[in-house]
Amino acid sequence: MADIRNNFVGIKSPNPFWLASAPPTDKAYNVERAFKAGWGGVVWKTLGEEGPPVVNVNGPRYGAIWGADRRLLGLNNIELITDRDLQTNLREMKQVKMNWPDRALIASIMVPCVEESWKAILPLVEETGADGIELNFGCPHGMSERGMGSAVGQVPEYIEMVVRWCKQYTRMPVITKLTPNITDIRKPARAAHAGGTDAVSLINTINSITGVDLDSFAPQPTIDGKGSHGGYCGPAVKPIAMNMVAEIARDPETRGLPISGIGGITTWRDAAEFMALGAGNVQVCTAAMTYGFKIVQEMIAGLENWMDEKGHASLSDIIGRATPNVTDWQYLNLNYVAKAHIDQDACIKCGRCHIACEDTSHQAITSMVNGARHFEVIEAECVGCNLCVNVCPVEGCITMEPLAAGAMDERTGKPVSPIYANWTTHPNNPMAKVAAE
Amino acid sequence: MATGHFIEGIAGGRLSSEQYADNFSDLHPPLDHHEALVESDRCYFCYDAPCMNACPTSIDIPLFIRQIATGNPLGSAKTIFDQNILGGMCARVCPTETLCEEVCVREVAEGKPVQIGRLQRYATDVAMSEDKQFYQRAEATGKSVAVVGAGPAGLAAAHRLARHGHEVTILEARPKAGGLNEYGIAAYKSVDDFAQAEVDYVTAIGGIDIQNGKALGRDFQLADLIRNYDAVFLGMGLSGVNALRADGEHADGVANAVEFIAELRQASDLSSLPVGRRVVVIGGGMTAVDAAVQSKLLGAEEVTICYRRGQEDMNASGFEQDLAAANGVSIRHWLQPRRVVAENGKVVAIELEYTAMKGDKLAGTGETLRLAADQVFKAIGQSFVPAHLNGSGEEIALEAGRIKVDGEGRTSLSKVWAGGDCIFGGDDLTVSAVAQGRDAAESIHRALTSNGRA
Repeated sequence: MADIRNNFVGIKSPNPFWLASAPPTDKAYNVERAFKAGWGGVVWKTLGEEGPPVVNVNGPRYGAIWGADRRLLGLNNIELITDRDLQTNLREMKQVKMNWPDRALIASIMVPCVEESWKAILPLVEETGADGIELNFGCPHGMSERGMGSAVGQVPEYIEMVVRWCKQYTRMPVITKLTPNITDIRKPARAAHAGGTDAVSLINTINSITGVDLDSFAPQPTIDGKGSHGGYCGPAVKPIAMNMVAEIARDPETRGLPISGIGGITTWRDAAEFMALGAGNVQVCTAAMTYGFKIVQEMIAGLENWMDEKGHASLSDIIGRATPNVTDWQYLNLNYVAKAHIDQDACIKCGRCHIACEDTSHQAITSMVNGARHFEVIEAECVGCNLCVNVCPVEGCITMEPLAAGAMDERTGKPVSPIYANWTTHPNNPMAKVAAE
Repeated sequence: MATGHFIEGIAGGRLSSEQYADNFSDLHPPLDHHEALVESDRCYFCYDAPCMNACPTSIDIPLFIRQIATGNPLGSAKTIFDQNILGGMCARVCPTETLCEEVCVREVAEGKPVQIGRLQRYATDVAMSEDKQFYQRAEATGKSVAVVGAGPAGLAAAHRLARHGHEVTILEARPKAGGLNEYGIAAYKSVDDFAQAEVDYVTAIGGIDIQNGKALGRDFQLADLIRNYDAVFLGMGLSGVNALRADGEHADGVANAVEFIAELRQASDLSSLPVGRRVVVIGGGMTAVDAAVQSKLLGAEEVTICYRRGQEDMNASGFEQDLAAANGVSIRHWLQPRRVVAENGKVVAIELEYTAMKGDKLAGTGETLRLAADQVFKAIGQSFVPAHLNGSGEEIALEAGRIKVDGEGRTSLSKVWAGGDCIFGGDDLTVSAVAQGRDAAESIHRALTSNGRA
């Protein structure tokens, strides 16, 4: 049986599935239920400094987009950090940690960007017995207008500065949570690394408007006729998050920096993909908010089952395994040639491959052969773009088949070269490097 | 004393009023809003969609389904009505299992087609419930067209002609418009007086005057129409019923299935409608199934369909046959009627002879079977009665006993078009009648306006 116990920057949990800092982790009641359901850890909803509690709007905090059968694909929120009293949160955290010593309990923190504020809160958190802290530099709405959250996360110098304070004032591991609302995710990651962070976690939510009410012309979610951009999350953001995780994992400056992967993780497979790209564990929120805490049971069983099937003994066997395969476009092998192939037995003749290729791509799929409805690839036109695979409603019906070295590419009229060759040496590249003599 | 199913002879009131209501409720209840969204999402929006090609009226099915999915049911209804103004009834009565849904790629792939008929009903119901009219009449042309028969062909023709600005007079023999939609469809396929609601919806465009109780050959002659109107469309359907050619078929208790179906549709109180304890239906088409199933639903104890050929030869679709079986109707094959057995003038049994193919001909084997029956329905097809047409002027050309038309519905007479069941080459479907009426109307319009440009 695969061992899925997780050790993330020294924080141990029975599995790599943590609940992200968010509404599901706002109080002991929820967190107790999460631990009972099997979650390996929680990042407690972000604590602010002492004083009058944060206030939230009293109308819709969430907006969403849906797929078929109203399946929730993307969620956005304009909720702020915890609106409960700091002392209440700290007291509950301490009790929960005592009740569940084998689970990870991390405190998410967001206080003003001044040293005194951080210096003041860290000992209070440490006293709860929390296993670590996560610096919320990600929230893109509300708190950012007050110079916190993503307002800090968008300025690498601030990140580095705050991380330094935290490392200075606490013995707890420091996880720096990054905002995706920046141009290059590597910059804030490098800054956190430079400040001495133990890990980064990403992504936080993405600035978004989920919809517009076409009767009132108000953005959604709507508060008294107005709307503000909220933070977008859920399955729809997973590809964006995975790219950012991979960028940090393969960046020479941050390579090896532990990453807690976040963004649309809904199933064990999503989690495995994040970890393969370099995440040491994962954090989940939207899936739990959609289906409840029980989903972790599917995640645990699914991950174990896959690892057993593939012979992966522990998480270290899978973490980062895909990272070396993430590269720059310029290093992709331009001598690799693939052609689409349609399995005629599986084809249900919907014709979507044809019309997608005919209208929008390379006119490489027939619609009629000898007077009969028939869809087949015209290899002399096929550039191997994969669009037909993506639009085909039947899984496995259309596949991309690589041409073997030496085989004729009917499109170019040339045999496939066995030699790896990329753009950096391509004759059409004015910047091409001449191969070393 | 026997009650309910077990009352001997032909009797009404076999069931409780709740049972009648339940038995004759909507066969395919409408999809609600969410169901329609989920079902519409199953459509793959196929290229050159097979469903669309299978539809006799060529409705752009992928487009109307996508319009439902995107929250535009009115746009969806317009897409349907553009091709088929009787799209509401067709959604209810089309044998979709042998048309659009049979060729749906999801039927091919997983045996579960997109429910095109029910989606079509959803969209058309939305439009009709809002009484949304999509078409305005073109400027009046000053031309007038007579339409004979207010069935699907006649209504489709009338609507298209009225749209083009012509004045239409529909002459209908029966007291109500709708044709087979009103008189010829099993009650559970079209509830809540839908046929009349649809007639009202179609004629709301204006310029269509329906005159009921006017029968061709009785109240007016074809020659009069040719003289008094700029064009004539014949869509009077089939008025003859084929005979059993069995001895004693005039006994009490032997009836035409079409008349039984019509009577049932018009009945205001189903409990007053008598049905036999043991019913035998002779035939193998939709009418046979409609009559048999409804007999059962009215409380008959035992209903048997006897068809003279094998199952694969039946005109009733697989779905219809299953519907019959699910309602407890037995279907027996390779049996032809020989003799109706009567006592005191009333049918008590029917004697049938087994049949078999001898070479490529059907022949009796000599072996007979006697089924007890107190009611026998004839459902062995209807025929066109040309006598009403003729005698007043030039004879109209027929083909295989029905009116001969060309590709756009022109008959052998210069000002006369025809469509629906009365023409040769049709398939006796509502949806085909609609297509023929619509296309004939376009042909008439072209003829009356020098190719539509006048």
